[in-house]
Amino acid sequence: MAEDEQELRPYAVTQGRTRPRHPMRLVTLLAPGRTQPAGPLAPEAAQALALCRTEHRSVAEIAAHLGLPAQVAKVVLSDCLDAGVLLVSVPDTSNPTGSVQLLEAVLAGLRRKFPDVA
Amino acid sequence: MPVYAGNSPTSPDAAISRATPPTLLKIVVAGGFGVGKTTLVGAVSEIPPLTTEEYLTEASSRTDPLAGVEAKSTTTVAMDFGRITFDDPQPMVLYLFGTPGQDRFLFTWDDLAHGAVGAVIPADTRRLADSFTAVGYFEQRGLPFVIAVNQFDNAHRYTPDEVRHALELPATVPVLLCDARQTRSAATVLITLVRHALATLASSTTGIRS
Repeated sequence: MAEDEQELRPYAVTQGRTRPRHPMRLVTLLAPGRTQPAGPLAPEAAQALALCRTEHRSVAEIAAHLGLPAQVAKVVLSDCLDAGVLLVSVPDTSNPTGSVQLLEAVLAGLRRKFPDVA
Repeated sequence: MPVYAGNSPTSPDAAISRATPPTLLKIVVAGGFGVGKTTLVGAVSEIPPLTTEEYLTEASSRTDPLAGVEAKSTTTVAMDFGRITFDDPQPMVLYLFGTPGQDRFLFTWDDLAHGAVGAVIPADTRRLADSFTAVGYFEQRGLPFVIAVNQFDNAHRYTPDEVRHALELPATVPVLLCDARQTRSAATVLITLVRHALATLASSTTGIRS
C-alpha cells in the first residue's frame, strides 16, 4: 500500500500530467516572476516561489526541496512559468568546455574558495 | 514548437528574467553505489547534499528491460546534488551532480553532461570494473574527466599508474588518490578536473593531439 501511494502521489500533484510544457533541464535556473499570483497557489508552487525569492534556484534544487521527482517538479514549475510567477533566470546556452575565460574563472574561484589546496 | 509557448504572444522571451544572473556551471560525479559520490559532493558543497529523483522513462526502455522489477510501472534513479557559489572573480554557481554509474542510468547523463565542465569518476580499487561504463561514456562524448581513487581503509593501495593501466587510460587523463571525506582532498579533485579541462582545450585549439 505504501509503495502504491509513493507511485501515485507525485503525479496527483500534477493532475496526472507527466510532461512539462516548457522544456527544462536539471540546472535550468528559476527566478521570481513579475506577476503576483492571482490567487492562492498550489502548495508545491507556493513553496517553489518562496524558494526562488531568497535566491535563484535550479530545477534540481527545487525538486529536492519539494521532495518530488525531478520530472514531477518540472510539471509544477512549468505551470509557474505559464502563470508568470516564475521566470527562467538564464537560458542554458553556455559551453564552458569551449571557453578558456570561463574555465580560468572557475579555476580562480575554486582556488579562492579552497585556499589550502596545493 | 516555440520554446516558451505558454507566454505572451507579443513577447516570446517573456519567461526570461532580465536580471543579471550568475553563470551556471556543473560537474558530473559518476560512479557506482558506495564508491563515494555522495561523500565527495558533500565534502565540497556549501549546502548539505540534496537528493532528487528522475524517473526511468520510455527514453531508456531500449536498454533497460526492467528485469526483476516487472511489478513496478516506473523505477527511479536518485541523484545527489551539491552547490558551490562564487562571487569572485565573477558570479558563478557550480553545481555538482552525483549520478549512478551503471549502463542503465546512461539516459540521465546526457542531460547532466550537456554543457558540463567535466566529470569526476570516483573509483574503488576493489571494484574498478564499475568505472568502465563512465570512462567509456565520457571518452566517447569528449568530456574531460578525472579518476578519483577513493582510499578505502580496508582496500589494497594501488598506485595511480596501476589504476591508469587497469582502466586503459591515456597518460593525459589525471588519476589521483583521494579521501572523499576530506574537503581539501575533494577540492583538489575538482581543481585537477578544471585544470585538465583547460589543458584539453589548449591542446585542441593548438591542433596538438593529446
